[in-house]
Amino acid sequence: MTTDHPAASKRSLFSFFAQYRELALIGFILLLIVVISLQSPGFLTFTNFQDILLNISILAMIALAQGMIIITRGIDLSVASTLALVAMMVSFVLKAYPETPVILIVLLGIGLGSVLGSVNGFIITVGKVPPIIATLGTLSIYRGLVFFYSNGDWVNPIDLPSGFKQLAKGMSLGLPNLVVVTIIVAIIAYVFLNYIQSGRDIYALGSNPEAAKISGIRTQQITFMVYVISGVICGLAGVMWASRYEAAQTNTALGFELQTVAAAVIGGVSMLGGIGTVPGVLLGALLLGIIQNGLTLSSISQFWQLAVQGFLILLAVISDATIQRRIKTTMTRGFAK
Amino acid sequence: MNKNTLRMTNISKSFAGVHALRGVQLELHSGEVHALLGENGAGKSTLVKVITGVHQPDTGEIYLNDRRIHLGDPREAAAQGISAIYQELSIFPDLDIAENIFVGRRPTLVSGWVDWRKIYREAEQLLSSLGVHLNLKTKARYLSIAQQQMIEIARALSVNARILVMDEPTSALTLNEVADLFLIVRRLRETGTAILFISHRLEELFEIADKVTVLRDGGYVDTRSMDGVTQEDLIRMMVGRTIKDMFPKKDVEAGEVVLRVKNLTRKGSFKDVSFELRKGEILGMAGLVGAGRTEVSQAIFGVAPADEGTIEIEGQSVRITNPGQAMQHGLALVPEDRQHHGLVLPMDITDNITLPRLAHFTSRGWLNVKDAHGAAYQAATQMQVKATTVWQKARELSGGNQQKVVLAKWLSTNPRILILDEPTRGIDIGTKAEVHHLMSDLAAQGIAILMISSELPEVLGMSDRVLVMHEGQVTGLFSRSEATQEKIMLAATQAV
Repeated sequence: MTTDHPAASKRSLFSFFAQYRELALIGFILLLIVVISLQSPGFLTFTNFQDILLNISILAMIALAQGMIIITRGIDLSVASTLALVAMMVSFVLKAYPETPVILIVLLGIGLGSVLGSVNGFIITVGKVPPIIATLGTLSIYRGLVFFYSNGDWVNPIDLPSGFKQLAKGMSLGLPNLVVVTIIVAIIAYVFLNYIQSGRDIYALGSNPEAAKISGIRTQQITFMVYVISGVICGLAGVMWASRYEAAQTNTALGFELQTVAAAVIGGVSMLGGIGTVPGVLLGALLLGIIQNGLTLSSISQFWQLAVQGFLILLAVISDATIQRRIKTTMTRGFAK
Repeated sequence: MNKNTLRMTNISKSFAGVHALRGVQLELHSGEVHALLGENGAGKSTLVKVITGVHQPDTGEIYLNDRRIHLGDPREAAAQGISAIYQELSIFPDLDIAENIFVGRRPTLVSGWVDWRKIYREAEQLLSSLGVHLNLKTKARYLSIAQQQMIEIARALSVNARILVMDEPTSALTLNEVADLFLIVRRLRETGTAILFISHRLEELFEIADKVTVLRDGGYVDTRSMDGVTQEDLIRMMVGRTIKDMFPKKDVEAGEVVLRVKNLTRKGSFKDVSFELRKGEILGMAGLVGAGRTEVSQAIFGVAPADEGTIEIEGQSVRITNPGQAMQHGLALVPEDRQHHGLVLPMDITDNITLPRLAHFTSRGWLNVKDAHGAAYQAATQMQVKATTVWQKARELSGGNQQKVVLAKWLSTNPRILILDEPTRGIDIGTKAEVHHLMSDLAAQGIAILMISSELPEVLGMSDRVLVMHEGQVTGLFSRSEATQEKIMLAATQAV
């Protein structure tokens, strides 16, 4: 018992990838880049990569929130509806009062998002409804509110002031604002999940909920918090979406929630809770973005895009399950000594 | 050395009208190991949870050094220097060793910012004070149970625990690991920690405890000095009656060989295992945890077949590659981990018992619920399962009753060969004696029993012959008359 555990030294290459999922993802992404650029010469250009980053920014942002929630063993299926509702509401405000300062619109979006997130958190913690059911309910309710609020109308580019349109597209530090915002969100998420008390509690809660309670972690508060954070990020993303696409529609981001789950899971977030990193989720989103972009450039049909995405999710989940099994056997073998 | 006394008086607690504790008292002193003893359901766990602030008592008072305290939640208890190591380890498998020690009270730089350097520094100090040297960045899921327990102890020490509650810390440890643990417990006692120690293994209480408090059915029985009691006294106090016979083994004339295993080998698990099992015989399999006994039994039952070797049942060579085939050959396996392998916890007793032979109760794809219910009722009654109805969910039963349901389930398949893996681990003494009685009866009826057990008294008390394994190999085979504790331990710890 005084020496390091035999199982720990025996873990080899396999556990190396288990522990550094990010490296495997990077390897896969590089491979994909080589393959795609051989097929379509337009792929490996600066503009195209800027495009990819712009395209995955909103996905990445929300996937971070989704990943954080999955780490607590929950899920938020209402993210896309939240985004759409916020996008619609702020667009209506802008249509009515085009002079509203952009910063106020951003704050309004975040505020609305946090309210919608709190509703999720409330249903889950106080109402004791399992997250998948609670957010499945609010997925429909929030989407229904989009219709209710807009009466089925769309907000078109012409209704939005040009200052607002620049919010996502304008450049700072040589990158589109939207990408910069996503990077800032990612940095905050990274610091939060690694250096802040309640961020670490998220992992503890997902890793062993009972033990977390016994250890004095206020598990209900932590659970509530992650859904509020998700709401905040979706609110921000809703504003960004309206600015980037210069429109708000009733079907904005329809079905987008599944992509956020996909990015998180491909990025190594375990559906069993407790495991997941910010770099991993970002790489998961990047991988999805590259595939989408590459397949579009190679003018391969939408069907293949979806099929490849589905295949990747399965691959990620199967490799996770294998990893879990392997860990179990190394563990039980460890008992023999 | 600081003198601390925790005194609890007249503690009562009920859940949904059921009394879990009634007027219990307890007094813990610094530098003392105080054993808490009682059958399952006697209220030990509830009392522990009151001490650690998880539950608040309905009535009663708690005093620390004659000052009345209120323990509203685990944080408040920790603030008073009370911490606990629970039976179900509260380890976070995805966090590393260092963070595991400090979860819930990580040191911070400024409010909210985790001070990682301090965490690693203090974790290092705590673990080396326990004589444990591990890579602090290893995720806890890669550790053995014993190592995880060390993490828990380090966690308890990190709050300068004045009162340390240890809830069945030895139930999953090997003998060597128990010895290591006791060294640490004694060291803690010397430094003035008051320790409340819960264990079902009476022998070890005589080794480690100074005093003992016994609970029965949620009520207080007595507190005694360990010097003044015998094992029989303790059992009588726990059960409320005298258990005449813990190991009621009947003499049975062993019949013909029903199971012959030859040179069974599976890479990395066990090697060249050969033995015979006769009709009406109980063959005990002794050895340390991880010696490969469970793996051998699983190979015989087809859960994880062996790479090499032969299995003969009643003289016929058989190939068993899955449990279904094993059952057709008249085998039954009662696994070690009843919650994971033996029972479907959310299902009721009927469903659990009839699960292995649903086909019996099915015609044209339809389940005959009445027959299934009747058969389950009969089996449960025969096993004296204590439940309100056979519709009760398995997870609501006590450990002993769960074990009885598992036994009922497999006995209902009418096996000729019964493999029992740790049949009485974690169940209380009364139920244990019942299970032993039943084993003896089954053997007398001609069933051949292969019993894996890590409890030497059980192995010695129940077996006709004892097979000892060490690191995947058979290192000893003794008849009932020649088997002794020393011989078995020697074979279990040394390779041939």
